[in-house]
Amino acid sequence: MTCDAGEEEVLFLNRSRFLVAAGAALGGISLAKAADAQTSVDLPFVNGQRPLVAFPQKRPLLEVTPRPPQLETPFAVFDDGVLTPNDAFFVRWHLAGIPQSVDASMHRIKVTGAVQSELSLSLDDLATMPAIEITAVNECSGNSRGFFAPRIPGGQWGNGAMGNARWTGVRLRDILSRAGLQAKAKQVQFRGLDGPVLPETPAFKKALDLDVARGDDVIVAYLMNGQPMPLLNGFPVRLIVPGWYATYWVKMLAEVTVLDHVDDNFWMKTAYRIPDTPTASVVPGTTGFATIPINKLNVRSFVTNIADGATVGAGLIPLRGIAFDGGSGVRRVEISIDGGRTWRNAALEQDYGKYSFRRWDARWDARPGVYDVAVRASSNDGVTQNATPIWNPGGYMRNSIETYKVTVS
Amino acid sequence: MKKPWFALAASLSVIGVGVAIAANAAPPQGTVTIEMPSDRGMSFKPGPGVEIAQRYCLTCHSSAYVSIQPRLTTAQWTAEVKKMKNAYGAPIPDDQVSTLVTYLATEYGL
Repeated sequence: MTCDAGEEEVLFLNRSRFLVAAGAALGGISLAKAADAQTSVDLPFVNGQRPLVAFPQKRPLLEVTPRPPQLETPFAVFDDGVLTPNDAFFVRWHLAGIPQSVDASMHRIKVTGAVQSELSLSLDDLATMPAIEITAVNECSGNSRGFFAPRIPGGQWGNGAMGNARWTGVRLRDILSRAGLQAKAKQVQFRGLDGPVLPETPAFKKALDLDVARGDDVIVAYLMNGQPMPLLNGFPVRLIVPGWYATYWVKMLAEVTVLDHVDDNFWMKTAYRIPDTPTASVVPGTTGFATIPINKLNVRSFVTNIADGATVGAGLIPLRGIAFDGGSGVRRVEISIDGGRTWRNAALEQDYGKYSFRRWDARWDARPGVYDVAVRASSNDGVTQNATPIWNPGGYMRNSIETYKVTVS
Repeated sequence: MKKPWFALAASLSVIGVGVAIAANAAPPQGTVTIEMPSDRGMSFKPGPGVEIAQRYCLTCHSSAYVSIQPRLTTAQWTAEVKKMKNAYGAPIPDDQVSTLVTYLATEYGL
């Protein structure tokens, strides 16, 4: 935060002037407080009304479903800071057999399969290993599914099935090294303490290729923003796969199984598959295309201080928001007030690492009228968000440019 | 390909900021116990066949899993019921599948 008002660059854009500021945003508009007295939120799609319900260790969140729980973060929370508070962090479980009491001192992570020696690690064992901290976005594969057109069955999320936290734990690689891999090792499979209600339902298991599992940044985390994580976010330990979709971030991690084959369990072979196309997109209704397991996050950006449909007073309006991608880092964020016809750079705030939300700032000297405010991000690996949404039958990976109708009075 | 200067700068900053050895970061101890809210009184809409939904769907999930969906076609509800039966093992008798689909398509369909 080094720029003061005197260093602002004044830009002209159609009818309005844009001012870009690399500094603390102006005060003024805050949507964060507006949610306090609400009892529900209307997401802007059919059947989008969500009651605000406080689950254990959580503030009131958008209840998508109570059992198994799927809870969405109110979007205004993302305006409050670069880290998403633990009690506001989204929740998503697949199966209703969730332990409601977990004793950290009794918890064990069992390492079995194609290893030299099996392990049963306690949290005290993890405490003897080198600790790593990493700030990383955890985004649900189906975040924003409710906005797909045509609509898709599934968890009907708005944009709040994501969060950014500072995770502390030990490298998975160090655990695997301690066990020692057999030559035939091919993938590593993960399972938590949760289970299905019916024995016929496939238990939730996910797998990573060996090279991904042994990456520098994959950790078994026991702290979230410096605190024990809420039970609903995976207490006492959770797998963190920075840059990859949340489906791999197995909660209440209890079993690490080294496989000598590519995992063919339901949650890898059938669920969470995306089209094997450059942007994971197909024409709606297409069938018979090749698929691969979902993997890295694509690049996204949002405005966090002004909602779609907002009315604001004319004058200097702060615009701020977040951007992120799957681990190359955010290279540029651009703002448009004419629906994407012209763009100007926003200022990027402090860098918390290539997997983190990157906050951005701009200021808009707005004159009365109706505007389509848009934001787009570009990543260091050379990808820029598109205006045209992708589509796939799972409703995964939505990342098109967000546009906000704003009335300036 | 030559790496642009900004990518280099970003990766350097990661070494400094993103990944660091944590100090005084001990794993948690003790027990966390929560009481999960129930389905909070929510229920399926009344209609012919609702008893099948109540008997077989509510075993594993609340009725919100149905009510939050967009208005699905009969073909889509058929696919959902078959997925629940075949992939997730819901013990819906074969001769009740069509009644359940009709109920869902009528009460939660287009």
